[in-house]
Amino acid sequence: MNAMKVRTATPGTLAELMAQAYALEREAVERYGELADVLATHNNQEVAALFRRLASQEALHATEIMRTMGWSRPPQPPALPDAPAAPAFEEAHYLMHPWHALRMALDAEQRAHDFFAGLAQRCDGDELKRAAQQLQADEHEHIVLLQSWLQRTPQPPEGWDEDPDPPRYPH
Amino acid sequence: MNDMTHLPELAAAEPYTPLNYKSATKPIWCPGCGDYTVLNAVTKALALVQRPPHEVAVVSGIGCSSRIPAYTSCYGFHGVHGRSLAAATGLKVARPDLTVLVASGDGDGYSIGGNHFLHACRRNVDLTYIVMDNHVYGMTKGQASPTTEPDWDNKLSPGGTGVRSFHPLVIALAAGANFVARAFSGDQNTTAELIAAGIRHPGFSFIEILSPCVTFRPEQKEWKNLTHPASVGPTDDAARAAKRIMTDDGFNIGVLYAGHRAPYSGGPGTPTRTLEQMEEEFAL
Repeated sequence: MNAMKVRTATPGTLAELMAQAYALEREAVERYGELADVLATHNNQEVAALFRRLASQEALHATEIMRTMGWSRPPQPPALPDAPAAPAFEEAHYLMHPWHALRMALDAEQRAHDFFAGLAQRCDGDELKRAAQQLQADEHEHIVLLQSWLQRTPQPPEGWDEDPDPPRYPH
Repeated sequence: MNDMTHLPELAAAEPYTPLNYKSATKPIWCPGCGDYTVLNAVTKALALVQRPPHEVAVVSGIGCSSRIPAYTSCYGFHGVHGRSLAAATGLKVARPDLTVLVASGDGDGYSIGGNHFLHACRRNVDLTYIVMDNHVYGMTKGQASPTTEPDWDNKLSPGGTGVRSFHPLVIALAAGANFVARAFSGDQNTTAELIAAGIRHPGFSFIEILSPCVTFRPEQKEWKNLTHPASVGPTDDAARAAKRIMTDDGFNIGVLYAGHRAPYSGGPGTPTRTLEQMEEEFAL
């Protein structure tokens, strides 16, 4: 992620912090959903299904934030949220394998982990620090989970992106 | 007589979210294409300015980027190659109450529609023009476009075209654009803010968005490591902005120029002669 993307103001209250966390999770849900649509359009159904599953997982995290905070309506983020937890669109490929999708997700979780670690350092007050550290720990759990999935997922074969009818012919 | 002192309080309207501006049509760009994030930036920008979708029109020409109107819930016009600005100018003059966004690519906007680009800048109608620049004609399978580097070696132009690249930002300034910015699709939120700033700025706002073509220019994935925020804020001095743009590295992101020229106010001035007087001049 380039430096421009991290610019979210440090939250001053628990509600602000959790509103930010909620916005990040929703951004990730939408991004995974869009990637699923993209891959389905290009008839890569296996990866599309995996992206949908990842979207569902992020949605669960968002719901958990709502439940923890006792919110009945989603909070309004103070500004456009940064999206460290969202997968990078530019890493998608129409012939990608589930292994690639999991690598994208792992990178996103690592960015989210680092983001909350940074917030935990910047936040004032024990309550806020603890909450940010908990969010960081949640992201660490996701990292461990994705790593275990990756270990069970076959790596793509050599030449996975070779297309007998490519859009771009070699020079 | 009705008792007006006990009217029920109207519920506050829900603010528009980016989802309100998305249509149910799924984009069919290549996976990894920068245009996906430009679409998201457009919907976020519209949510930032809070214009209802039915008060926004998105006008485009031809090319990958010009598919964008179909993916929004706003009014849309997918027009003729290179003529998006002509159609949008007519629309805005006829319906000044609408927010009119114009979308194009580097081929559609700078080559086929190059002349319209110059004169849209000059006329300064209150439009927001976003150009998704990937330095290639992607839809037609990878020909060199006006912004392609002269030494880009590929099957269709072996050894490169050897032709100097078009410099849209400085040309826009010279032609009279009132707002000039550069964005990068990989930074969705900054792009959204720049588009919103362009919409809010009166007159012709031009936003060049570097949007990688992962299929024909996969090396452009590197742009995410090359782009950086502009080191200085916008200026209202066109000559200073032009000098900065001509000497920067091409990856400065931000508002580069914000001028004060009054936008085109619509229609001709008050006639000084009646129709009868004019006809008298032609009487034999």
